[in-house]
Amino acid sequence: MTATDMASAPTPIRRRRGILGWTWKETQGFLFILPWLFGFILFLAGPFFFSFFLSFTQWRLVGDIKWLGFENYAQLLSGEDTRFVQSVYNTAYYVVFHVPGVLIISFIIAGLLNRKVKGIAVYRTAFYLPSITTGVATAVLWYWVLQPNGLLNNFLDIFLKPLDIQAPNWLGSTTWAMPGLIIMSFWSVGTTMIIYLAGLQGIPQHLYEAAEIDGAGWWGKVRHVTIPMMTPQIFLTMVLAVIGSFQVFTAALIITEGGPADATLFLLLYLYWNGFRFFKMGYASAIAWILFFVILFLTIVQFLTARRWVYYEGERAG
Amino acid sequence: MAQQTVTVEPSDPSGMPSSVRIRTPARIRAMRISGRVLTYLILWLGSFVYAIPFLWMVRTSFMRLDKLFEEPPQIWPDPWIWQNYIDMWETGPFANWIVNSLILVALGMFGQTLISIFVAYGFARTQFPGRNQLFVLILASLMLPGHVTIVPKFIMFRTVGLLDSLWPVALPDLWGQAFYIFILRQFFLTLPVELDEAAEIDGANLLQVLFRVVIPLSKPAIATVAVFNFINKWNEFFEPFVFIQTPEKLTLAVGIRWFRTQYGTEFQMLMAASIVSVAPIVIVFFFAQKQFVRGIALTGIKS
Repeated sequence: MTATDMASAPTPIRRRRGILGWTWKETQGFLFILPWLFGFILFLAGPFFFSFFLSFTQWRLVGDIKWLGFENYAQLLSGEDTRFVQSVYNTAYYVVFHVPGVLIISFIIAGLLNRKVKGIAVYRTAFYLPSITTGVATAVLWYWVLQPNGLLNNFLDIFLKPLDIQAPNWLGSTTWAMPGLIIMSFWSVGTTMIIYLAGLQGIPQHLYEAAEIDGAGWWGKVRHVTIPMMTPQIFLTMVLAVIGSFQVFTAALIITEGGPADATLFLLLYLYWNGFRFFKMGYASAIAWILFFVILFLTIVQFLTARRWVYYEGERAG
Repeated sequence: MAQQTVTVEPSDPSGMPSSVRIRTPARIRAMRISGRVLTYLILWLGSFVYAIPFLWMVRTSFMRLDKLFEEPPQIWPDPWIWQNYIDMWETGPFANWIVNSLILVALGMFGQTLISIFVAYGFARTQFPGRNQLFVLILASLMLPGHVTIVPKFIMFRTVGLLDSLWPVALPDLWGQAFYIFILRQFFLTLPVELDEAAEIDGANLLQVLFRVVIPLSKPAIATVAVFNFINKWNEFFEPFVFIQTPEKLTLAVGIRWFRTQYGTEFQMLMAASIVSVAPIVIVFFFAQKQFVRGIALTGIKS
């Protein structure tokens, strides 16, 4: 198709034929992207399909690969493997609270930073740095913060002590371990916040002026101008946050190792254990593919519903 | 905080429809001032909440072990000691980890960035059959979660005997990364084609156009990609964690976990190690804030 575009160009001077009947210029273009194509096939597409094949087999890295058909999937999806069910529940629990929480907190911070505040770089750094901190350092830090007599409980005691309520033992209790990790995850809102900040700065001032003339107050402007204009950014960050939060791993690995009593056993952690501790390569691949399909399904659903609520300014003009 | 909305004044001096809400100048000023005070108050509180775990980490890294669990906790370390940093350096193969991390970062910043530039240039400035389909493939690979390929990659590198080294971590990423290619291509597309054509008329071939015209004009975008690369490589956890076992061969981001298993209770060392691992990121971010913010903003602009 693109070749005919070339042919219809005003001066098709050079038509030296190389391999595949391409012109020298076309061949050169292909050579530029060749490294990527090589890496893509060898390290992405190849492993991708190999993993799909493995998910139908049983293999412990030694001996022959045994074809199982749908047995791995049957075992996982029938609920026979109760730890898998637990890890699905935990991951869903995390996603349901993490995603809206991060989006709302980032939106509020970005909104405040957008109010022409002085010293924006200082605030931006304070809010952003946690997101680029090494995962292990973050985990270690929060392991400390969430101790029974840690930073968070020292703070909570200010309010809870007078009421005679005991602050929770975050990491030691099956009830509180997950909320603890979710609170920790709200510490890393920086990327979402900066995407929002850029979006907010792109909203034309005249829309706010028009809304003011129409009598909109602070909330009216947020509801009828800011949020509709920000829907593309909200959509993008939501899709990214869902994909990312399904793959939560480091925190649980370092802080709780999935415990107590599997209360923070996430899907990716369970995959890791199966693959690299028990060396059940086929079973781990089947978990990977279920995880992949769940993420794919949710991403497609989000894209399909996006048409109803995401507003692209370019579309109206075009 | 919310209800700063305005009084409704039916008798309107300017003759506008009575449904329009009018604010008196005094009210407006009062609202503005209280709004700003509130904004700063929340920002201070918020950034304090976000910064305090960091400050706590710094504090702990300078404390003596026996002071760590004192009740009530010390706000300022007394005595202030550097010993934790020395201990940390002497107990683990710390120098190895730093060197390994730097190798990974250097390969990423130079190799991967350069190849991403080549690929992005190919997509932005040349035509060949199947180009658009391949670009769709790049965008699709952006959405693919990395965990799907971890098991086969492990098997692959085990088969060729490269496990337990930096290779399985560095090699797959070297061939240009989808996100960086995307950022660079978008930037290259904004450069006027006339410049390329002028150079070509002067007899420059595609490579010369790339190095003499496109790269010099694209420094901001390339800097953004390089900075992203630095931080991602420095922090990379999952893959080195899966592929490398020998302590001496780990990277810093994974290595500091060693202190947790070996010295589970010696938090002060763990905190010191964490600070060393975070420091370069803080420094890079401090000097490259602009590139960083621009890069992230770029993702948000067009999805």
